[in-house]
Amino acid sequence: MRTLSLLAVIFAGLAVVPFVLVSDVWMNLAILILYSALLGQAWNMLGGFGGQFSFGHAAFFGTGAYTVAVLQVQFGVNPWIGLVAGGLAAVVVAAIIGYSTFRYGLRGSYFALVTLAFAEVLRILSNSVEITGAGVGILIPLEQTASNLQFADKASYYWILWAMALAAFLVAWWMGNSRFGAQLMAVRDNEDAARALGVRAYGVKMRAIMLSGFFSGLGGVFYAQYFLYLDPHIAYGSSISIESLLVPIIGGIGTLFGPLLGAVVLHGISEVSRDLIGDVPGISLVLYGTLLVIMVLFMPRGLAGLFALGRGKAKKTPEKSSDKTSGATGEAANA
Amino acid sequence: MLEVSHISKAFGGVRASRDVSLVVPEGKITSLIGPNGAGKTTLFAQITGFLKPDSGSIRFLGQDITGISPEEIAERGMIRTFQVVQPFAGQSVRENIAVGAHLRIRSRREALAKAEEVAIEVGLGDRLDMDAASLTVAGRKRLEVARALATDPKLILFDEVLAGLNPSEIRDVIPVILKLKERGITILLIEHVMQAVMSLSEYTWVLNQGALIAEGVPKDVVSDPQVIEAYLGKGMAERIAQRAKSNG
Repeated sequence: MRTLSLLAVIFAGLAVVPFVLVSDVWMNLAILILYSALLGQAWNMLGGFGGQFSFGHAAFFGTGAYTVAVLQVQFGVNPWIGLVAGGLAAVVVAAIIGYSTFRYGLRGSYFALVTLAFAEVLRILSNSVEITGAGVGILIPLEQTASNLQFADKASYYWILWAMALAAFLVAWWMGNSRFGAQLMAVRDNEDAARALGVRAYGVKMRAIMLSGFFSGLGGVFYAQYFLYLDPHIAYGSSISIESLLVPIIGGIGTLFGPLLGAVVLHGISEVSRDLIGDVPGISLVLYGTLLVIMVLFMPRGLAGLFALGRGKAKKTPEKSSDKTSGATGEAANA
Repeated sequence: MLEVSHISKAFGGVRASRDVSLVVPEGKITSLIGPNGAGKTTLFAQITGFLKPDSGSIRFLGQDITGISPEEIAERGMIRTFQVVQPFAGQSVRENIAVGAHLRIRSRREALAKAEEVAIEVGLGDRLDMDAASLTVAGRKRLEVARALATDPKLILFDEVLAGLNPSEIRDVIPVILKLKERGITILLIEHVMQAVMSLSEYTWVLNQGALIAEGVPKDVVSDPQVIEAYLGKGMAERIAQRAKSNG
């Protein structure tokens, strides 16, 4: 209950951001942060709570984005309907990926590789078929009305995104406080032991990947409506997959607030570096890579691990030093 | 309660189970003993659905469960523990046990309450909020018992639940297991600790090289020449008998 109140306070604070930040530049940054937090939380549902590391979340993101765009441009379907359709289409892709991996017991790096392959297949497909505009990409015509899910002001976009992120964070909270979440985490920590206790590991993982896919798909829908342009590289390229996993890894994998924290830090750092270094092409990727290495090496539990937010209620006894603390004791010995 | 009939399982040339049949009676503590590599854990794995037997059938509560999944078997009330204890590391003791409780309980709050109740019962009441990974071996064994117990099972298969414990820890855990029996839970043990087999189980089967070689009341079984030879080597039964005679 305490975490839920904290979540409510944070999102209440986020809701009023547009009243405080009046400049478009700052609003843009706020949108990017919230958007990353949404993608990160979506990845976190499967990767963090479920321990299934996906390298291909672009498959869900791109499907959501293309669904809303193609339905609008080719079939004249209202984007509000496209919003729902995009999320559901991503769920279908998630179900297909989940079925073809979990059914056959793929775990760890095998699962990661298959997800990566699916995203690549979809990228190449979208690059070659007519309906997605192939390599040229697809342009959503500008028509800024609310009924068209396009807005002249950034604040409206922000609130749409806020609602999506809120839903994602509520689902993540529910995962941390429900039978489904407990079973998912049990499967993550030890699948055989979980199955021996009656946890239907396959079904639990399927539900996790479908939820994860849904929110990634929503992220894709938002992207399409915000930037009004998609091409195969944007929609299904690996940069979305990497951003999706980087955010929760920085913030704290398997924690409720980790993705938000990670998104703030990631965009904070890239803004600061842009000011310092200037807009050198590709510099953000170098930065992301470095950051990832540092996080994995020195803070496997992410920033949330430092604050012990969300999860991390479990106390470690100090006298029993596990391998996690050996680095710290080594440093102490050196000093 | 549990009927294993003519189970066989081979891994390549190794015949891990050879035509094993046994009937576990309801409400009793029975055990399965045998030297290392006799195929005890493999037999457990087949009974609980982790491995599919090559031939033979397994019936639980009168229904055929051969080849169904471990999850489904757990739902029907048969739970196994693991020889190498497998806590959900990073989760607290309470959360670990709650996973078991969730088999029958949907509500998170009720499952956590049940976990607390079970933890107290097995003697983990003071360690509820500790990370399961930081428990001692004895603590982890208790956690295995607790997780199994939290599922409200009818039959528990304990795979060497006492192995790796010192004598005083064994003395502490034995009453926990006896208490389970009093609650009407049937128990099948795989055990190396003979003290436990002798004091706990009412009936025992001896497995050697995949086949049952003896069965009966533990104190009779341990004096069976075949059993002695399986443990100590060929000719040992005879020598022991001779020494007994010359001493007498």
